[in-house]
Amino acid sequence: MTKETKISENEWPLWEVFIRSKAGLDHKHCGSIHASDAEMALESARDVYTRRSEGISIWVVPSNAITASKPEDKESLFEPADDKIYRHPTFYDIPKGAGKM
Amino acid sequence: MYGDTSIQKPIEIAEPTSEEQARLAEIFQQKIDDGIKIEPQDWMPDAYRKTLVRQMSQHAHSEVIGMQPEGNWITRAPSLRRKVILLAKVQDEGGHGLYIYSGAETLGTSRAEMIEQLQTGRAKYSSIFNYPALTWADMGTIGWLVDGAAITNQVALSRCSYGPYSRAMIRICKEESFHQRQGYELLLTLSRGTQEQKDMLQESVNRFWWPSLMMFGPNDSDSPHSAQSMKWKIKRKSNDQLRQEFVDATVPQAEFLGITLPDPDLKWNEERGHYDYGEIDWQEFNNVVKGNGPCNKQRIANHIKAHEDGAWVREAAAAYAEKQQRKNVA
Repeated sequence: MTKETKISENEWPLWEVFIRSKAGLDHKHCGSIHASDAEMALESARDVYTRRSEGISIWVVPSNAITASKPEDKESLFEPADDKIYRHPTFYDIPKGAGKM
Repeated sequence: MYGDTSIQKPIEIAEPTSEEQARLAEIFQQKIDDGIKIEPQDWMPDAYRKTLVRQMSQHAHSEVIGMQPEGNWITRAPSLRRKVILLAKVQDEGGHGLYIYSGAETLGTSRAEMIEQLQTGRAKYSSIFNYPALTWADMGTIGWLVDGAAITNQVALSRCSYGPYSRAMIRICKEESFHQRQGYELLLTLSRGTQEQKDMLQESVNRFWWPSLMMFGPNDSDSPHSAQSMKWKIKRKSNDQLRQEFVDATVPQAEFLGITLPDPDLKWNEERGHYDYGEIDWQEFNNVVKGNGPCNKQRIANHIKAHEDGAWVREAAAAYAEKQQRKNVA
């Protein structure tokens, strides 16, 4: 998402677009858009990404405002969770007699 | 075709310069073999990145240039119904271009750079858009055949190994179905009309049939560079495989329309379970790719003119944004 984009002088800044497809669901990243300001980014995102009722709400965020984790940090960030199987409900044996739990 | 770059000189794959590079390259290929998608921040070989930028920008340019032959007919649509459909379709093509530019920018090349390459002739676009749309029937034929061929290609590309490209293709495929169906419906209407309308339909299909087959690119035997793209899973099916799929799907649709396809060699092959078709005129294809098609110059000239005519809007919007920002700070 954060990318090293060479922005030429006259190119409008890049915004990341997130869309909530219906009430009750999260906003989901769907692409990016070039726009001079936030208002234009919203309007353009509407035209580009919701021409067929794909959304009921849009977020636009300046691409350079996003801090992303690095793929090479994947192990140190996420692997510690892998051996903590006791955090999952299936780790525990509950006899059938105890009923649904 | 939209995303086929096999006619161009391949991007050379550099030998790994260190043990670390070789290890990364191995991990990369393993991920691809395991069906794991590559995302923008992941390590990737230079040639993979360059191949994708070339293919995706060419694909995006095709969508945008593709607005011209149809845009040409908006004011002459025969009814309000046909007019709103055509407007929506042309707007979709622009949107598709933007999805793919957005995906391509994640590889570190800006949209402005890609557009500059298009306008200076360093980047290509699908040769099909260098043919003119001469009659109203062409609006139907383009939807049915050109978008039909594009869908065949894009369904395969939606399984491409690069995440942003694959996601853009999934979005596009959902919308392309409307494009093909509105085109076929338009042709069906003509096929039930006057003799003049039937003739217009047949004449249009006669002109677009062969260029549509050319959209899939050279025969596999003349496309030696495709192998690397297949290995990287940028390409999932060969040119001839996709072309055959398209022919097999299209022939029955032509029969239903009550028209003929301009190929005396076209016939069902019981043994193969596919339609056989005649030899494509590759000389014509190469000639159009080289820039000598009926509309090459006009298409690029229009693009440049629209871009230049819009310069003041871009500048004004940027100036306005800057002024607002200063106000907010003060």
